[in-house]
Amino acid sequence: MIADDTIRQEINELLQEEFELSAEQIHPEATLYEDLGLDSLDAVDMEVIMEKNFKVKLANQETIQEVQTIKDLHDLVIKLQKELLTEEK
Amino acid sequence: MASHTILYYITRVALQRVVITGRGSVSPYGPGVQTLLDGIWQGHSCIKLMPEWQEVNGLESTLAAPLPPIDAKSLLPRSARRTMGPMALYATLASQEAIEDAGLPEKMIDSGSVGVAIGSTTGSPLIYEEFYRQFIPDKNIEEVRSGLFFKLMGHSCAANVCLALGINGEQWAPSSACASAAQAIGLGYLLIQTGRQSAMLCGGSDEVHPTVTMVFDVVKAASRKIQPPLTTPRPFDRDRDGVVCGEGSGILVLESLESAQERGAHIYAEIAGFGHVSDSSHIANPGEEAMALAMNNALADAKIDKSLVDYVNCHATGTILGDVAEAKAVHSAVGSKVPISSLKGHFGHALGAAGSLETIVLLEMMAREEIIPTLHLDNPDPACEVARLVQEIEPCRLNTVIKNNFALGGVNAALILKRKPE
Repeated sequence: MIADDTIRQEINELLQEEFELSAEQIHPEATLYEDLGLDSLDAVDMEVIMEKNFKVKLANQETIQEVQTIKDLHDLVIKLQKELLTEEK
Repeated sequence: MASHTILYYITRVALQRVVITGRGSVSPYGPGVQTLLDGIWQGHSCIKLMPEWQEVNGLESTLAAPLPPIDAKSLLPRSARRTMGPMALYATLASQEAIEDAGLPEKMIDSGSVGVAIGSTTGSPLIYEEFYRQFIPDKNIEEVRSGLFFKLMGHSCAANVCLALGINGEQWAPSSACASAAQAIGLGYLLIQTGRQSAMLCGGSDEVHPTVTMVFDVVKAASRKIQPPLTTPRPFDRDRDGVVCGEGSGILVLESLESAQERGAHIYAEIAGFGHVSDSSHIANPGEEAMALAMNNALADAKIDKSLVDYVNCHATGTILGDVAEAKAVHSAVGSKVPISSLKGHFGHALGAAGSLETIVLLEMMAREEIIPTLHLDNPDPACEVARLVQEIEPCRLNTVIKNNFALGGVNAALILKRKPE
């Protein structure tokens, strides 16, 4: 199983690359929309990237609406990955 | 006098005069109007062999006039770039330059009095290729990004320019392949003339892509002279064998004379007339009668006698049929003594951007009082010599000129430009 910190690091790197953000901008409390300046189109792309890289389905998750900060995103992806691995077992 | 006739005359009296106050370009010579003009006056050709196109089965014409690489990331923010294919990027950079050149103030740009008419043949062919490369084998759209549609849509260039530059006026995207920019300029002229807008960013943008050259290749109208030296396309020459496609964007700021004078703006020329006719005789074959009619209508619109025309900047793309038809049409419209030339030998056929890129060069010809000759016109085709073909840079005071652009599908457009009002 991939360590949670590794997932967090990967998510951060993906966001950095996709949205051309600096490492300093990405910290757990940073809000996606206000602090990082993302919008509704970016949110769609963020889901696509997470789904592609972590093989989880975010688009249909009710909880995706509650993701406001980087930490929320970390937590959701980690949770879904764990559920996925449990199902596969 | 019937009421509709009275209304017609009232409308005519109230029409605004339209001038050009800004120029912006991204051409195969590189970004910037000066780069384009330097390349043209130095007589450089932008035509290159496209080795990667040789893997396309059946494509005989592996030539193009591509742009040098552009570092878009250093020029525009991600929020603007995420919905742009190459053509929208070119249009945005050219629009920025045109606005700066015209000195349009910020308060005017976002006031709603400035609009946009920027056309292209289609949305970005490169992005179409990337999408279908993924879609067709897997029938899967799970990885489609949110910006895709905005790169593919027919008004990709116009929409992205408005968004990137904060333009709130009318947004138009005339799409008529090779006449898109000419139509856009004509449309801008009409919208300003009738007072709907004070200024318009007008022009076109397009990309080189093997599927674009394919359009001409399948009807044997694309050049196959791939052996160096690459002295093709060669409009009006007896050895011409077809089009070479180019890319880029040319944008002009059109403005009412009143607005330009109020601002103290530099005026490049006046747009005095626009002729625009459909040729319903054939979907693809050039028709000299429709071409001549477009020129005649433009002259009538400008209320200018044909004897005053000093030069015609031709559409002439280097095809066997098109060049002869245009030479004959010029002969029919303005006679055999008016000098004519085409710029396709320099930077190929920029398709939707051709009309505006060529108009930028034409404005410079008017300013420098020099006619640029057709590049590679070494042995004029006797059938084209019904008009006076220019083969060397020719000093000439250009007071009144015609700019032609025609397109597959029967679109025939002609603009009349006049030296700037005294």
